[in-house]
Amino acid sequence: MTPTSPASSFLRVEQLSKHFDEVKAVDEVSLDIQQGEIFALLGGSGCGKSTLLRMLAGFESPTSGQIHLAGQSIGDMPPFERPINMMFQSYALFPHMTVAQNIAFGLECDQLPPSDIDARVQEMLTLVQLKPYAKRKPHQLSGGQQQRVALARSLAKRPRLLLLDEPLGALDKKLREQTQIELVNILKKVGVTCVMVTHDQEEAMAMADRIAIMRDGKILQLGAPMDIYETPSSRYVADFIGNVNLFAGKVVVDEADHVIIETPQCRHYVSHGITGTENMEVSVAVRPEKICLSPAEPTEQERELPAEVGHNQVKGRIVGLAYFGSFTTYHVQIDDRTTLKATLANAARHEDRRLSVGDDVWAWWDGSDVVVLTH
Amino acid sequence: MKPSLWGKRLSITWMLAIYFFLYLPIATLVAYSFNDSKMVTLWGGFTWRWYAELWNDRDIMEAFKLSLQIALISATLSVVLGTLAALALVRYPLFQGRALFSSMVNAPLVMPDVIVGLSLLLMLVAIQKTFGVPERGMMTIIMGHSLLGMAYATVVVRSRLLEMDKSLEEAALDLGAKPLRVFRRITLPIIAQALLSAWLLTFTISLDDVVITAFLSGPGSNTLPIVIFSRAKLGLNPMVNVVATLTVVVVGGALLLSSLWMARQERQRARDMALAWKLETT
Amino acid sequence: MQAPSSHASPPDQGRRQPWGRWSLIGIPYLWLVVFFMLPCLIVFKISMSELADSGIGFLDMVSLQDGVWQLRLKFSNYTFLLTDSLYLLTYLSSIGYALLTTCICLLLGYPFAYFLARSSASLRPLLMMLVMLPFWTSFLLRIYAWAGLLDNNGLINQLLMSFGLVTEPVLMMHTPFSLEIGMVYVYLPFMVLPLYANLVKMDLRLLEAAADLGAKPWTIFRRVTIPLSTNGILAGSMLVFIPCVGEYVIPALLGGADTLNIGRVLWDEFFNNNDWAMASSVAIVMMLLILGPMTWFNRIQANEHTKASP
Repeated sequence: MTPTSPASSFLRVEQLSKHFDEVKAVDEVSLDIQQGEIFALLGGSGCGKSTLLRMLAGFESPTSGQIHLAGQSIGDMPPFERPINMMFQSYALFPHMTVAQNIAFGLECDQLPPSDIDARVQEMLTLVQLKPYAKRKPHQLSGGQQQRVALARSLAKRPRLLLLDEPLGALDKKLREQTQIELVNILKKVGVTCVMVTHDQEEAMAMADRIAIMRDGKILQLGAPMDIYETPSSRYVADFIGNVNLFAGKVVVDEADHVIIETPQCRHYVSHGITGTENMEVSVAVRPEKICLSPAEPTEQERELPAEVGHNQVKGRIVGLAYFGSFTTYHVQIDDRTTLKATLANAARHEDRRLSVGDDVWAWWDGSDVVVLTH
Repeated sequence: MKPSLWGKRLSITWMLAIYFFLYLPIATLVAYSFNDSKMVTLWGGFTWRWYAELWNDRDIMEAFKLSLQIALISATLSVVLGTLAALALVRYPLFQGRALFSSMVNAPLVMPDVIVGLSLLLMLVAIQKTFGVPERGMMTIIMGHSLLGMAYATVVVRSRLLEMDKSLEEAALDLGAKPLRVFRRITLPIIAQALLSAWLLTFTISLDDVVITAFLSGPGSNTLPIVIFSRAKLGLNPMVNVVATLTVVVVGGALLLSSLWMARQERQRARDMALAWKLETT
Repeated sequence: MQAPSSHASPPDQGRRQPWGRWSLIGIPYLWLVVFFMLPCLIVFKISMSELADSGIGFLDMVSLQDGVWQLRLKFSNYTFLLTDSLYLLTYLSSIGYALLTTCICLLLGYPFAYFLARSSASLRPLLMMLVMLPFWTSFLLRIYAWAGLLDNNGLINQLLMSFGLVTEPVLMMHTPFSLEIGMVYVYLPFMVLPLYANLVKMDLRLLEAAADLGAKPWTIFRRVTIPLSTNGILAGSMLVFIPCVGEYVIPALLGGADTLNIGRVLWDEFFNNNDWAMASSVAIVMMLLILGPMTWFNRIQANEHTKASP
């Protein structure tokens, strides 16, 4: 986890909770968010991320806890007093107003002089490249254009904090990929601090500087995308982000620089020490793309360390495969209960030795590519 | 699922039959208003004379003026109260006494008019005994009509509010608008059409009311329905036919115009959305 | 674990601006309490009050006489109502007419609403407008129209005689027949509209799924469409039945001496006999009769609205 000094945190959430009768939607969550950072709250439905966002916006009042923005406590402020703006999942564009009027609305509420309002509206239209559409009404725009209007409207007042509620949820896949990059570019250009909520892990990983994984109202893990992906702190997180193969077993050798774990499928040689003891129950997590497949058992030359020979490998049969164009996922059955998932890039167009269903293969990986999880 | 041929025939026949049933009386009303005979239903030739006599019928003209005034005021009052009630019910799903509130709002919709009229009158008399006011007359009729109208207005406005995207109001708050401004600049324009429908509906109901008016009216406050009712009780009367025809023409014309206007709006909207879709896919 | 959706409630303003919320709820609430609840209570009180000796006004229900609190409740109105065979018959007759009207409206109106909902989308606004036109035209005038049609010299009798089907005019006015026709005529739109609203929102894919599973059209109608439209049927039935029980104008214009209606009785007691106490008792008993259906109606409305809002 990237260390942050409390003094520099821009948005600070302290022990924030929200209870609905018996249900704890948000359970004593604490966060420190840096200025200019894009922060993602990621989780399945019901995990509390939307409720947390709405508390930041002011649409829910916390049951307990504090929210500080740039040192100012805002937990009690109504939404129209907070220097925070939100981009809604449904865009919430005012249907009876034009694009320009939508963008101008917030500025009019601040009672700025009309010339200033006009100038700012033009500025925002240029930012999202919608200048020719200023006089259109929302229903005359495409989905992607509506999204840009929503963004322009939420940035018009130069908010200190921008909240994004499933910003790309309504777009189709092709548009989504393109918009992700554009959106991040605009946000970084403007330099606004962002908190976004999403259930789409790819979106979070692609856009955010840091991610918080939420479940049942609590934060399970917080960190940069790569940290969370490569170093998940629990089985749930490992399984939630991307795909993972989990082996459950016991530590049989516990040394400072390496650990050997015995699981029913194979012996694992982990080339780093762990905080734990011998005989401890652990899980070994291996990501599918870290696994190599070959018809023959791996030789000593192919392994990373000599000590790994005989470890970190299993024999199995391919029982299924899914071809995704740029890569293929293979399902390798190891024993009655275990099927391994391995992902291989289709690096060459034609491969004589392409694997197919029914083949017997060896699956193996490096000891430095695994994560040992204790819970 | 396409209906079968027999299904289509049945549906057309049935609908025509019902429409015939609905319009036959109205057609006869209109036809007899041109009947040159005091015996309304025995045809004596075509004439405009009943229409001419209408202008001289003081009772009807005075009553019409009064009905119009009452309807204008009670419709407006109904819509205001109904909108408040609808907002309360939709935006605050939980508050003390909500169940009671909800049933009180809905009750006048179904309660027989005689009960509403009687109860209102008795209450007004009780107030009159204590405070000396109000006298039975235009004011009391307006109160009664507004109670009834409020029930209808709440239904109309409430269903529109439920359809409305809730995040629109939240977005406005988020952008810095205080609740009153949110209502004025966002909610109100969006539900405006429903408010108009509610107004027209309660206007019609007020204009048409007999029973409640009878209970709540005083000497000299005869509304048009009361005059028509007394005459109708005595027998058939060509004046009534004239009033009926004029009503049908006005109502029919208004409905036709509004239908055409709404159809045009729809077509325009569909065109806009098709254009937008084309832009997105090219 | 799903937190209840908070989108239905407004931003939590209660603590910060209570006056806004209270006036929004308070104004209509107060109006209803004053103009609805209070009148109901007063009707109840008067139904049990004794006439003052002077014949004008009522004696106080609770009073202090000779240092002793006196409570005067007169139940004789109620006992009379419940024991007098004419009153009992009138109540039953009113309920009977209401039930008959509801059934006929349902039988005529359901297919109509169904066909209307299934008609082509471009035609529907016009068809709806044609249904609404009679609805918006004064109901008093439309009942009067039937008085003209059913009159001994009216159109129907003229046609019957000119085709030689009868030699004398058929007596149709001021009979149960004329009353019932008037009731159905006025209340048919009240049945059609909720039914239509329900049927038009029905998910046609459910019907397609049933057909896909092999069901014939009549079976689909019986086992899918009708059950799904139950709410519409109930709402329409309540909208017809409840007001029908206490209907006054239609019986007054189209009914006769042998058509007993409790609405007319209430009117006569009040306007002709000047017996306010009796009229109130009649009203209270009428209320009790329709209390059940009214609660049912309320519950249906509440269900519809909880379904609509997330």
